[in-house]
Amino acid sequence: MIALDLRNNSLVYDNNQVVDDVSFSARAGEFFMILGPNGAGKSSLLKLIAGIEKTQSGKIDILGRAKEKYSTRDLAKVVALVAQQAPIDFPFSVAETVLMGRSPHLGLLGIESEKDYALAEEAMCFTGVEQFADRRLDQLSGGERQRVMIARAICQEPKIILLDEPTNALDPAHQLKIMDLMERFRQEKKTTIIMVSHDLNLAALYSDRLLLLKNGRVVVIGTPAEVFIPEFIGKSYECDMLIDQNPVGEIPRVMLIPEKFRKHA
Amino acid sequence: MRNKTGNLQIIPITRKLPVICSILTVVFILSILTALANGPSSISIGEIFAFISGGDSTDSTAQTILWKIRFPRVMLAALVGATLSLGGMVFQALLRNPLAEPYILGISGGSAVGAISGILLGLSFFPGVTFFSFLGSMLTLGAVLVLAGGRSSTRKDSLLLGGVMMNAFCGAFIMFLISVSQGSKMQQIIYWLMGDLSMSNSGNLPLLLLCLPCFVVILLLARPLNVILTGKDAAIAMGVNVRLISTILLVTTSMMVSLVVCQSGLIGFVGLLIPHLFRMFLGADHRLLGPSCILGGGSFLVLCDLLARTLPEHGEMPVGIITALIGAPLFIFLLWRSRR
Repeated sequence: MIALDLRNNSLVYDNNQVVDDVSFSARAGEFFMILGPNGAGKSSLLKLIAGIEKTQSGKIDILGRAKEKYSTRDLAKVVALVAQQAPIDFPFSVAETVLMGRSPHLGLLGIESEKDYALAEEAMCFTGVEQFADRRLDQLSGGERQRVMIARAICQEPKIILLDEPTNALDPAHQLKIMDLMERFRQEKKTTIIMVSHDLNLAALYSDRLLLLKNGRVVVIGTPAEVFIPEFIGKSYECDMLIDQNPVGEIPRVMLIPEKFRKHA
Repeated sequence: MRNKTGNLQIIPITRKLPVICSILTVVFILSILTALANGPSSISIGEIFAFISGGDSTDSTAQTILWKIRFPRVMLAALVGATLSLGGMVFQALLRNPLAEPYILGISGGSAVGAISGILLGLSFFPGVTFFSFLGSMLTLGAVLVLAGGRSSTRKDSLLLGGVMMNAFCGAFIMFLISVSQGSKMQQIIYWLMGDLSMSNSGNLPLLLLCLPCFVVILLLARPLNVILTGKDAAIAMGVNVRLISTILLVTTSMMVSLVVCQSGLIGFVGLLIPHLFRMFLGADHRLLGPSCILGGGSFLVLCDLLARTLPEHGEMPVGIITALIGAPLFIFLLWRSRR
């Protein structure tokens, strides 16, 4: 079943074509990652799907229904976003933050029911932040905060989760933890995961399929083995890299080649 | 899902809110009773209760003082305090600026120019000066909103800058008006600029009750406001109509603040102190902060006004002096304590 389907989407900001005729679709329960150099339009693509940007041209179907037919609230019931940075200048606690994920499901007065609290607790336990429930966001480390944001997205009970570079600026242990968390969640709930990343090796290890974007255009869509070949990945990023096979399995591995070693490559 | 534990307990808002509201309501009622009982001629709490319950009125002078003079005054102080605190809370949140005051969108400048013009024209306080002041703040507010509209990406900063510029421009104009004024009018102007509740009478109280629907609107939008504070994009992705909610909050808050300012002059510090005070204790949840600011801000200004009219031996002083004299040291103390 197709969870998300984009056809010929374009987006122009201030005379700047940030998304240029992009089409792709993701199956229900698929781990789909979006790669590309800085400024390729990856985040804009997520904003388009999440309803933060209006569709300018093209068509987006979410769970078989056109995006325009969803209200902001209804869209939020099926699509959740973990944005790149969450402001922490207002001292919300972890529990308060996670509970906000229930927003699209609440009634007019916005009072949470027992069920909403139970879901928030479950989400906090799933991402391992339950021991911080009463702590304020600004008292957590980057990795812990990111897990709170993922708990909030989980609490939203979406069918599709969009993540914008969730492992950015985290140490390797936290990167692994976040990725494993998303993989486990996908397996248990059959949620579609659309993740933007700059980490090529993590992308190869976790994704079912990848979309490589450059200057707002699709370079290639395919499995890691199909995308991780020099013609696509090397050319897009315009840097020297070596691609071989990862010893953990039949998965491509990428290594960057610094200038001082370049003659040996 | 895994790791399910039953012992984790989040205290629900439905349990926190009643506790906080009851405590603050008690404080609020006590403040009002104290303010009603004290003044040039004191009335005992027992007498107040007797008058409220409509018992036999032995002392009609005391009854007149209570109902015709003190009651409107105390109600005005409570409403003004509540409105300024709630207004400060909303602006600090929406503009993401801890220094934001309820007057920040050009309201102080506009209403002051209006009020001073009214005073110089020799109009009576109500409706003349009040109307001019309200008109002034609405005009500047309109100008700021129009100036800041359009470009949505930089909207918050341009609102703030527009408001500051408008207030600065009006400030120069106010100085000009003061320089050409003289004698008793000068004193009236200075009192207005410092915030003064002594001009009130029972006639304009009903007008102020228009603030109450504004309170309801703000309290109902407290939850979406919380979500907006965790990031604009994230809020849209959680189903919040950020643009609509922000606009409603800005306009509602500015309206109610203008309504209050034209009756009380520029009472400073309440709108800054009270929201920050409660944020230190209650955190950032605006569903708790809203009612707390209304009850706490109301109590605070009622007590400050009591001091303003009882401390000086003759007459009274502008309440704005008291709010800053008490508020600033209290705030500094709390800030110092929270840093340790």
